[in-house]
Amino acid sequence: MRIAVPRGALFKDTLDLLDKLGIDTSEVRANDRKLLFEEAGIITMRPSDVPTYVEAGAADIGITGKDVLAEQSEREVYELLDLGFGPCRMVFATVEGDEDPAAEALRRLGVMRIATKYSRIAGRYFERTGRQVELVEVKGSVELAPLTGMVHGIVDLTATGTTLRENGLVIREEIMASTARLIANPVSYRVKAAEIDAVLERLRAA
Amino acid sequence: MIHPIPSGTRDVLPDELRELRAITDGMRAVFHERGYGEVATPALEYEEVLTRGDTAAADPAYRLFDEHGNVLVLRSDMTIPIARVVATRYPTAPVPLRFFYLQHAYRAVRQHRGQPREILQAGIELVGAPGPEGTAEAVIVLCAALDATGLTAYKVGLGDASLFVRALERVGVPEGARPKILHELATRDLVGLERELEGVGAGELLALARTRGDVGVLEGVPEAEPLRELYRQLPDDVRRRVIFDLGLVRTLGYYTGAVFEVYDAAFGAPIGGGGRYDDLLGRFGRELPACGWALDVERIHAARLQEPGA
Repeated sequence: MRIAVPRGALFKDTLDLLDKLGIDTSEVRANDRKLLFEEAGIITMRPSDVPTYVEAGAADIGITGKDVLAEQSEREVYELLDLGFGPCRMVFATVEGDEDPAAEALRRLGVMRIATKYSRIAGRYFERTGRQVELVEVKGSVELAPLTGMVHGIVDLTATGTTLRENGLVIREEIMASTARLIANPVSYRVKAAEIDAVLERLRAA
Repeated sequence: MIHPIPSGTRDVLPDELRELRAITDGMRAVFHERGYGEVATPALEYEEVLTRGDTAAADPAYRLFDEHGNVLVLRSDMTIPIARVVATRYPTAPVPLRFFYLQHAYRAVRQHRGQPREILQAGIELVGAPGPEGTAEAVIVLCAALDATGLTAYKVGLGDASLFVRALERVGVPEGARPKILHELATRDLVGLERELEGVGAGELLALARTRGDVGVLEGVPEAEPLRELYRQLPDDVRRRVIFDLGLVRTLGYYTGAVFEVYDAAFGAPIGGGGRYDDLLGRFGRELPACGWALDVERIHAARLQEPGA
């Protein structure tokens, strides 16, 4: 079996989990630049790429955040288990102060401009709550966008809220909570059912 | 001069077409040998006919107007056009009717996913043969067709579109709670499924949705009797291809009983599928039980190239 492992915030917890399954992760831990570890059956990538590789069958199973799965909800992968680690929240935040600039924009302009990396989650959320928004997709630090006046608010992921606070932003609404999930390719899920179920049982027991 | 063609479409040149023809010729020989007759239907149909009774089932992606303002659609599968053919051209013919096709179907694509808009399908429709005998015949022909393509490692996932609903009934899950539960199952979110099931005190059904394996996994599941009956009618060489999957659901809405999907470890997505649709023909005016499947010829070709020894 080949496992897609996310680099970044979930990396260490994921490797600890794989250790518990008896997979030797020492080479992965020791090597920052290598991406494919044939012997351990591990490939490493950014979390948002995990569903892509698992859907295509390039990895049989993978670990990524619920936030990524929600943003890429059309991917044909099985979500098997909530692993519990990597807790964070998808939030709607604006510049601090008594007056919420986004609500103000909605009242006086009829639409608010929102910067995010999660355009589908944000779009669905504001549509569901009946507010007109113009989404501005950014790739880097989203916190910068409202500080420069480019947008009225942001939708972003936060674990502790520190970065938001340090940039003078406050959480106005919580959209969803996220933790790491185990996912599987639909063909592997059947053809390698016994191996995948063995992993599942051990993770449930852990 | 370079002239573009739409994303998700392609030109097929002699090397590939020769290999595709070898696959379809092998399957065509199997269909003839088993008494199936080939049909072709127009790629363009009236939208109001194709979506009759159930818009979601036909789900056409491409619509256009003809010179009189009628809305035409490009067919998204062959099952519904053949249901129309049976009602229109065979209103009183004795059953069962056995048809096969090698035709293109047209689907919408998502951006940057390498999905095709035009899919070459090979499939059969067995009309008027109820389950489990009819279903068994369809699965047997399916394996014979796959054998003829040269694939060696394929597996056939067998499930039942009505099984989970019947299990929800058995444990007394209120009707109002069922759509949410079935949505989690259909979107393959087993974490969400566990949450919804536990919310109504039916957590034990999670194991049912996760059940995959040989015929032994059907034991102790009262809802699986139709699948056990189907298995009894399969010869040994077909039996060893079968993976029972009690959480298997197909995306098309018209399935009523057994459903199947074809997997090959060399390809990351199912290479075909089908099932029973005992209500579909009635919508076109001839009430007959029916069963059928379609294989994606281009995916079979790709899997063939990946399989060891290809």
